[in-house]
Formats: sequence, C-alpha cells, structure tokens
Amino acid sequence: MSSRAARMLPALVLALALLGAWELYVDLGGVESELLPAPHAVAAALWSNGGLVWHNFTITAEQVVLGLGLALLAGLALAVAIHLSPLLRRAVYPLAVGSQAVPIPVIGVLLVFWWGFGLFPKLVVIALICFFPVVVTTVDGLAAVDPEQAKLLRTLDASRWQTFRFGELPAALPAALSGARIALAVGVIGAFIAETSTPSTEAYSGLGHEIMSDAGGFQTARAYAATAVLFGFAVACFYALALAERRLAPWANQSRGDTR
Amino acid sequence: MPATQGGEIALDRVSRSYRSRSRGGNEVQALAEVSLRAETGELLAVVGPSGCGKSTLLELLCGLQSPDGGTVACPPAVLMPQRDLLLPWLSALDNAALALRIAGLPREPARERAQTLFVELGLDGFQSAYPRELSGGMRQRVAFLRTLLAGKPVLCLDEPFGALDAITRSEMQEWLARTLAREPRTVVLVTHDVEEAVLLADRVTVMSARPGRVVAQLEVEIARPRARTDPNVIALRERALAALGMDTSR
Repeated sequence: MSSRAARMLPALVLALALLGAWELYVDLGGVESELLPAPHAVAAALWSNGGLVWHNFTITAEQVVLGLGLALLAGLALAVAIHLSPLLRRAVYPLAVGSQAVPIPVIGVLLVFWWGFGLFPKLVVIALICFFPVVVTTVDGLAAVDPEQAKLLRTLDASRWQTFRFGELPAALPAALSGARIALAVGVIGAFIAETSTPSTEAYSGLGHEIMSDAGGFQTARAYAATAVLFGFAVACFYALALAERRLAPWANQSRGDTR
Repeated sequence: MPATQGGEIALDRVSRSYRSRSRGGNEVQALAEVSLRAETGELLAVVGPSGCGKSTLLELLCGLQSPDGGTVACPPAVLMPQRDLLLPWLSALDNAALALRIAGLPREPARERAQTLFVELGLDGFQSAYPRELSGGMRQRVAFLRTLLAGKPVLCLDEPFGALDAITRSEMQEWLARTLAREPRTVVLVTHDVEEAVLLADRVTVMSARPGRVVAQLEVEIARPRARTDPNVIALRERALAALGMDTSR
C-alpha cells in the first residue's frame, strides 16, 4: 500500500501544483471568473449540483463503457479479418483510415434518422471514433509474430486455426491492449461528441449536453465541474484497463511492472 | 509412443539451392549431393562450419522444404530449433504439452500426460513458471520435452546447446544422453561442437562449408557413458577436426 501511495505521489503533487497556480491566477485577477472559474468555485458548483452532475454522469459513463465495448469488438474483428485476408486488407484499410476524417456532426442526424433518439446512435459515434487505434495496433501485433515460431508450430502439425489460437492471437494481445488504451483515452471525448452531435431526448442527454448548455448559459463553474468529472472518469478508466491488462496478459507485465 | 521401429533415415545424393536476397538474388547452393543414413534409434550428429547447410538439412528431414535433386526418405520428424521458441504466454508445463494440445487434447489431460516426463526430466517445481522466469538450460529442457511429446519417431535438434555456457552445456549433454536412453528415438543432432558430437552420437557426419558436402562419415564405437578425457573420444575428435581441415597439432 505504501509503495502504491508512493507511486501516486508525483501525479498528486503535479495536480496540486497546477490547481494552486490556477487558483492564484484567477484570484489575482488574471482572468474574469465568468471565463475561468477558480478551482474553489468549481468545487463549490460540484458540491451544490451533485445530484444533477451525478445523474448526467451515469448516462455518459454508460455510453462510454458500451461504446468502447462496441469499438473493441468491431476493431478486433476487423483486425483479424484484415490479418487473415490480404484482399480485405487492401479493400478495407483505406476506408477505415478515411472514416477517421468524417466530422461527426455531418452524420449525427443521419444516425438518429436510422436508429432513433436513444442510446444506439451515440454508441455508434463512440465506436467510430475509437475503433481505429484498436485495428492498427492489433493488425501490427498479429503480423509481428516470430516467423520461426510459426514454422515451429507447423512442424508440430498445427492447423491454420491452431497457429492463430496458440501463436498469433496471444502474441497480438499486448498490442491490442495498447490500442484499447488509446481508444479509451479518446472514448470520453467521443461520448461528448456523440451527445452534442446527435439530437436526443432528455433521458440520454448526459454530461456533454449539460456542459454545452451551462457554457452557453453563463453557468461556467458548473460546466467546469462537469468537465472535472469527465477528466477523473477518463483517468479512472485508463487505470482500470491497466489492471485488466495484468489479468489478461500476465506474461507481458512483470518485465515492465514497476513503471505502473 | 516410443518409436523403436521404423525410424530409419536415408538421404541419397540430395541437393538444394535457393535464391539469396542478401546476395543480390544469386543462386546459392546449400547442399550438394549429400548422402547419409541413420538406423532406427541411432543418434546421428552432423558437424560442420557455419554455412554448411545444416539447417537446410533439418528442414528437408522435417518436410519444411523439398530437395531439388536426390531423395529424402524420413519418417515423420519434429524440429527443435536453435532458439527454444517457447511461447512466452504459456507456462513451462503448457509449453511442454503444446504438441498434445495441437493433437486435440484439452488443456488438463494434456498437462497430465506431460506431467510425468516433466518431473522425470528434472523440471519439477517449474510447472507454472513462464519461460522468461527459467534459466537457459531449463528452457532447452522444456523445448526438448515439447519436441519429445510430439510423438514422432525422428527428432531433429538444431544446435540445441549452442547458446548455453560451458558448464550448463556439459550438464545438458549428459541429460540428453540419459533422456534418450529412457525415451529412445532416432535423433539427428546438428552441432558445430565436434566434442559434443563424439560424446553423444552413434555416427558423425562431417560436412564442408558452402556448398554443404559430406567430407567424412565416422562410426563412434565407444561405450557409454563417455568421458571427455577418454583417449578414444579424443582420438575421434581429432579425426573429425582433421576432416574439417583443422590442424590441431600446433
């Protein structure tokens, strides 16, 4: 426990230093508090609007988790398909790259037209934003398997499926997990984009909606409070995935364990 | 499973060339009219300098390549490559049992089948260790056990102890001799260590460098266990070195 606390110390010190500098900057009149509320005002806004922020957070958190799940499934499936079929690689890769350039608001209304005002169009947006790093890292991981190892599996009479199952798939897992971490880092902002670019009913508004309406309605402190929650959520997700990695790929972890 | 029959190998004037990318796409002859044989249960050592086509020879025996000329008669063979190539994500026991899994056994029965030999070969206590937690000698033992459990009559060992330090290597040579006494197979052992060849083999084939040709065939009729200091071992070692063109008298 004490070593874990020691490892968290640098991040805590840096965060506190930045918060202190921010507080001083606003208190000493460097900027209007309507433009940038001081940390103590953000904390106060979070405290007095706890119920509202929590309610919207649960909506956004659900979107992030389900959206990332969809992105991982789609990304892994696409990566395996690309790996197994050179034809698919040539056909699909350029389109996957291009998909990352599509501005989401352009297609937001279309997605709602297809799938309604509920949760699903938002999951599609998050998946669209997040699947790409999973595809790229997994395809590279699958291709990087030692050719000698593949040859060895062949002399042991492994079928194509067995070579994949015992050789390529576990070899690619650490790379796929790195892709998942990148996806996760953009997943939270992905949820924000999903909420603000697809029209929806009240039940699916979430923190993104709240931040946009607060920022437009001179509720800056509350917008910052909601942003702080998104910030903390992204960090928590990232470390949750790091924990999951230790479970999923224990062989890859101890050699670089202390950097966590 | 121990194959005491039907393990004889015969190569008759086998040639093999390939195009080398590192040599500007020129044709490189790896093997030139190589003939050799091994009886069932024998250990044939193949010694030669780098570039004598030893690895090509093993891949021909394992059916990973076909000859350009000549004939290869070899029962099903399994390769133990130069590097141990253990799968980093499997425990030592699961690595040893890999061939059984590939043959279709579920995880637990495969482990049970591998367990007995795992213990007998001096690996007890390391069942759940990952390869990176094992010493070089341990990894080679696991790799050898994986090769053995493939259940094929012929084992092709490509410089299995080449990367080990001298002490571990001589331990492993004794270990291999003991293991083969218990689990007889026809073995083709490629090595550049002439002494290793003489200590372990029933016959020694000496090859020359590019293109690989057989320059001497030596029968080793020395009682086992053999000691490095045995005058017969030393004499045979000198004959093999002389065939390789090395003058050891100076």
